[in-house]
Amino acid sequence: MLSTLVAKAKALETIDERMLRCGISRRSFLVFCSTLMIAAPYGLSITDKRTPEEVATGLGKIARPSIIWLHFQDCTGCTESLLQTSHPDFGDLILNVISLEYHETLMAGSGLQARQALDAAVKKHTGQFILVVEGSIPTKDRGIYMKLAGRPALDVLADIGNKAAAIVAIGSCASWGGIPSADPDPTGAVGVADLLPTKAIVNIPGCPPNPYTLLGVLLQYAADGRLPEMDDQRRPKFAFDRDIHEHCPRRAHFDAGNFVKQYGDEGHREGWCLYEMGCKGPDTHAGCSTRHFNEIPDVWPIGIGAPCIGCTEKSVAFKVSMFEVVKLHTIAAPPTSYAPITTTKGTISPLATGLVGAGVGALVGAGYVASRKFSKVEDDESAPGSKPAAPGSGPGSGNEPGASA
Amino acid sequence: MSVTVNRRQAFKVMIGLGSTAASALLPTAAHAANPAASKTEEHPAHPIAPPNAIAMLYDSTVCTGCKACMPACNEANGLPSDTLLSGGIWDMPMGLNAKTKNIIELYQDAQSDEFAFVKKQCMHCLDPACVTGCPFGSLVKRDLGAVTWNSSLCIGCRYCEVACPFEVPQFQWENWNPKIVKCEFCYDQRLKEDMQPACTAVCPTGAVIFGKRTDLLAQAKERIAATPEKYFENRVYGEHEAGGTQVLYLSSVSFQKLGLPKLGTTSIGHYATKVTSVLYKWLAGPALVAGVFGFFIRRNWERHENERRDHEEKTGFPDQL
Repeated sequence: MLSTLVAKAKALETIDERMLRCGISRRSFLVFCSTLMIAAPYGLSITDKRTPEEVATGLGKIARPSIIWLHFQDCTGCTESLLQTSHPDFGDLILNVISLEYHETLMAGSGLQARQALDAAVKKHTGQFILVVEGSIPTKDRGIYMKLAGRPALDVLADIGNKAAAIVAIGSCASWGGIPSADPDPTGAVGVADLLPTKAIVNIPGCPPNPYTLLGVLLQYAADGRLPEMDDQRRPKFAFDRDIHEHCPRRAHFDAGNFVKQYGDEGHREGWCLYEMGCKGPDTHAGCSTRHFNEIPDVWPIGIGAPCIGCTEKSVAFKVSMFEVVKLHTIAAPPTSYAPITTTKGTISPLATGLVGAGVGALVGAGYVASRKFSKVEDDESAPGSKPAAPGSGPGSGNEPGASA
Repeated sequence: MSVTVNRRQAFKVMIGLGSTAASALLPTAAHAANPAASKTEEHPAHPIAPPNAIAMLYDSTVCTGCKACMPACNEANGLPSDTLLSGGIWDMPMGLNAKTKNIIELYQDAQSDEFAFVKKQCMHCLDPACVTGCPFGSLVKRDLGAVTWNSSLCIGCRYCEVACPFEVPQFQWENWNPKIVKCEFCYDQRLKEDMQPACTAVCPTGAVIFGKRTDLLAQAKERIAATPEKYFENRVYGEHEAGGTQVLYLSSVSFQKLGLPKLGTTSIGHYATKVTSVLYKWLAGPALVAGVFGFFIRRNWERHENERRDHEEKTGFPDQL
C-alpha cells in the first residue's frame, strides 16, 4: 500500500495535495498542526497563528522539503526518538510531511543500492535539499575512524554538506561532538558547525532532542526559506531560550526546599526536586520541561525521576560529572522565607543618655586624677637630670651639681 | 655645600606644602560634585523636585512577595547571591547588605493575621542626607535625581551609613578595598541606556512602577481617592518625608510597621546645614577650637621651655628635641 503511494507521488508536491491524495483526514492534520503549535509556540512564522486552522492553511501550501539524512558517529538515538513520535507517526511524517530521500536506518536497500540512492538524491536536489546530520565527525588521523562507502566521513560531509541548502545538526554529537568528543576523545570528534562554519547550520542539541524541534525547523525552512532565530550556539530560540529549571514541574519542590537526598528515599518516591542529586536543570537551556517526549506527559528524564544531565549544553553534558551539583545563578529564596522588618536605628532615651553621660564623666574624671598622680610621681623620681650621667659621655661634665650626689 | 635641614624644619615644610595643596584642590572638587550649590539656597527645608525627576511607586497592597525584583536587581548590578543562610542555594538576605541593594521584607503581626510586604532600597531623597554627610562628594545626586556612589572619591568613612535615616548605604566589611553598596536607581546600569530600573521592569504585578515623580504622585493619589479606606492614613509615604523622596510608598498598614521611619517634613540636609552654618559662621567654630588648642600649647610650651633650660643648666648638655 505504502509503496504504491510512494511510486505515484510527484516530486515536491505540497503537503495538502499529498494528504488529499492519500486520504488523510482533515482532523488528523489539524491534530498535527496543533501539536506543532504547542511545540513551537513562538519564534516560527508557520506556527505564529491564532488557530490550528490557520496553521494548517499555511502548512498545506508548503512543498514537501527534501531531506537527506546522514549518520556519522552516532547511536541512532535521535532517529529512535523520531520513530517514537505518534503525531504525526513516522510513516506519515516521512511520506506526507517531508520527503525523506536517504536515511540509512530506515531504507530497505543496502550496499551499492544505498550508495546509488544517495548519489541520485544529491544530484537531483543539489542546492535545494536540507541535510540532516546525526552523529559527530572524527577528524583525528585524517578521519579514518569512520568511513561511508569507502570514503572518510570528513570527505562525505564536505561533499554533500556543500551541496545542501541548509544543514540541521541533530543531536549533541552533530552539534559539537557529544559523547564521542568526551574525554579522552580518541577519534577527535567534532560537530558539523566546526567543519562547515560558513554554511547555514541549525544545531538541535539534545540526547536525544525533541523531534518537534526538528520538525518545526524543517517546515519553517520549507515555508519561507528562512531558518528560525538562533542563539549564539546556533540553537533555535523557540526551543532553547529558557532554562529547564524555569518551567520544571518539580520547581515547587525546589522552592519549598524539598530535595531528594538519595535514590529511592521518601522524597524520590514523592517526586521531589532532584537538584541535590546533580540535576543540571538550572544550567540547561531546553524545552524538555514543557515539551515532553512522545506526546506522553512526564516522559522526560526529570519526569521519571532521573536528574537532568544537561545534554543540550556543550559546557555541561559529558563534561560535568553526572551527580555533581551545579552552581545556581541568582535565584531568590522561596516564599516560605522572608526577611523580617529590621531597623537598627532607634530613638535615644533620656535615661540612656544620662547613664552614658555619667559613665563618660566618671572616666574623664578618673583620667584627670590619674594623670595628676602620674605627673607628680614623675616629678619626684624621674625628672630629667635627676640621675647621674655616665662618666665621659659629654663635654663640660665638671660643673654638674647632680654628678657628685 | 649642602643646606642642613633638621627634623622639625622638614616636618614644617611638609605640612605647609600638604595643606596648601589640599586647600587648593579639595574645595573645587567638592564644589564641582555638588550641582545644588549654584541654587539660591543650598539646602532648603522643603526641597522642590525638578520637573524631570524620576521616581518609583511601590504599592504594598499590590505586591505578592514573589521576589522577582531581587534576582533582577542582582543581575543588573552584578551582585552575587547572598546564600549564607540558605546553604548555598538561594539568594536569601536578611536585610539590605553588601550583596543586596533591593529586598522584599515581610511584616507579620504576631497576634492578628495582618501582614504586608515591603520593598526596601534607596529612597533617593530630594535632599539626601548621605550626600550632605559625605565629606568628599563621593555620593552624588545625579540628574533625574538618582543618588549614586563614586568609588574614586570614597575614603570609607561610612558617614553616609550613619547619616541615612533609612539605613540604606551598606559597607563591604569582607572586602579588602571596601565599597559602599546602595541602590543607584540603575543609573549607569540601565537608565543611561533608556531602560527602566531592573526591579520595576521585572515586577509582574505592577506593585513597583517607574515614571516621573509628578505622574506617580498623581497616580498614587488617584488610587487613594478611588479606595479611600484601603490605604493607611490616606497618604503617600515619601511625598514629604525628609523633604520628599523619589521612592513613594502606599500601604494598608502603618508605615512604621513596615520599617519606614517616622520623619519630619524638613530635609535632613537642612538640619545639618543649620548646625554647621552656626558652627562655621565667620569661621567662629574652628577659630574657637584653634584658640583653645593654642592656649594649651602656649602654656605647655613655656613649661617645656623652662624644663629644657633647667635641664641644660643642670647637665650642661643641649636638649635632644
